Amino acid sequence: MRYAMAVDTKKCVGCSDCVVACQTENSVPIGFCRDWVVETTDGTYPQLQTEIRSERCNHCVNAPCVRCCPTGASHYAEGGIVLVAHDKCIGCGACIASCPYDARYAHPKGYVDKCTFCEHRIKVGMSPACVAVCPTKCIYFGDLDDANSNVSVVLKKRKHKTLIPEAGTNPQLYFLI
Amino acid sequence: MKEELIVSGRMNHMVDPNLNIWHWQIPLYLFLGGMAAGILCIAALYYIRGRENDYRTAVRITPFLAPVLLVLGLVALFIDLRHKLFFWQLYTNIRLQSPMSWGAWTLLVITPVSFIWCALHIRDLFPNWDWKYKWLKVLEEFFNKYKKALAWVMLIYGIILGVYTGILLSAFNARPLWNTSILGPLFLASGLSAGAAATLILSKDKEERKQFARIDLVIIGIELFLIIHMFMGFLASTQVQIDAAKMFLGGSYTMVFWIFVVILGMLIPALLEIMELGKYHIPGILPAILVIFGSFMLRFVIVYAGQMSRWLY
Repeated sequence: MRYAMAVDTKKCVGCSDCVVACQTENSVPIGFCRDWVVETTDGTYPQLQTEIRSERCNHCVNAPCVRCCPTGASHYAEGGIVLVAHDKCIGCGACIASCPYDARYAHPKGYVDKCTFCEHRIKVGMSPACVAVCPTKCIYFGDLDDANSNVSVVLKKRKHKTLIPEAGTNPQLYFLI
Repeated sequence: MKEELIVSGRMNHMVDPNLNIWHWQIPLYLFLGGMAAGILCIAALYYIRGRENDYRTAVRITPFLAPVLLVLGLVALFIDLRHKLFFWQLYTNIRLQSPMSWGAWTLLVITPVSFIWCALHIRDLFPNWDWKYKWLKVLEEFFNKYKKALAWVMLIYGIILGVYTGILLSAFNARPLWNTSILGPLFLASGLSAGAAATLILSKDKEERKQFARIDLVIIGIELFLIIHMFMGFLASTQVQIDAAKMFLGGSYTMVFWIFVVILGMLIPALLEIMELGKYHIPGILPAILVIFGSFMLRFVIVYAGQMSRWLY
């Protein structure tokens, strides 16, 4: 099993619903967020091109945060999801410094926190909160090892990219372009 | 022109707008640990080579600083942790891929070893010292018997400690400035020069001071060589590393790095030591203090600048 997510940059309108849904679902402390929306504008007026991306932890196959963690708190869970075990985390900040996507933050309670792909929801067959709530249905989530899953089908059909692949992390958050 | 904006307004504390997760505690610890590593390596090396009587201060007196530096460094590390009560998790896990795990286990060995080394030489500071309890005397006898083995442990773990303070940073490929293997040897060299400077301050023996001025001079040469190679490597690398180097070549860290680290911390003490080895009389404490200051500033500049360097993204 290999969980992955694909975000359709052509359909995303940047409403930030995914951000709010995540904060609510996961009780993210005020002032923090586990996902965020980036808008890229390329060119000069009137030849402009816009790309809108809903971003979060890339659940990398070769995750630098897991490599750097001195206690094994950051680990790969089932399906390749990268998780932090709160009761093993000492809050040293190594994983935060090691993430090229800046996807992690120190929770006010001390441990390090980040996107979990809503592991607690997918375990019971639901989709992650950001996927469920998206009004344009531009986020696809599923198992890459299953050729008929949402995400496998859309990645086969559409051109896509990942962020900073040159960092060697093998990210599993895809962007349809 | 390309412009990127986080339109949902991400402002995670200590991550945005620039990473700022490590403050004064980490560079201070890297400096203290590096200097302790330098002191212990020099002491162990001269002891193993049987030069204990020629370089008495370096082998018997300066090491008294090491446990103090290490304990202060450990306190700084502890203050840095955000989930403090779980610190013991470091010692229930061995993670070979994580330099921080290596460092934690190294500290667990070298800190007690440095205390033992001082205990064996306590009569150099307090000639009438008495251990009072029999079992302490038995322990002292035991370690005196195996002092050479102890010195080897101290040398090897001293080198690991000195290198690890640099490798700790170079393991982060997300921060292009840190992502160079030169940081390991550079921090080791910087720690050794700070360790040699400590002996230069404490020693009253003229010959020993001359020797340590020479050692410092050689290590400063090595450091300059490594710094030049580090920048050559960056400038010949990818765009993100070119950007990282530019912070020091015209960017916001140019002044603080070249003035405090290179000129005040390396070039001027080197010049003073050359004068001292020649005919001029220079107060030996001056170049030594400058070297220690430079070693301290190197850690601060690299830790803070590294957090500013990032991928294009």
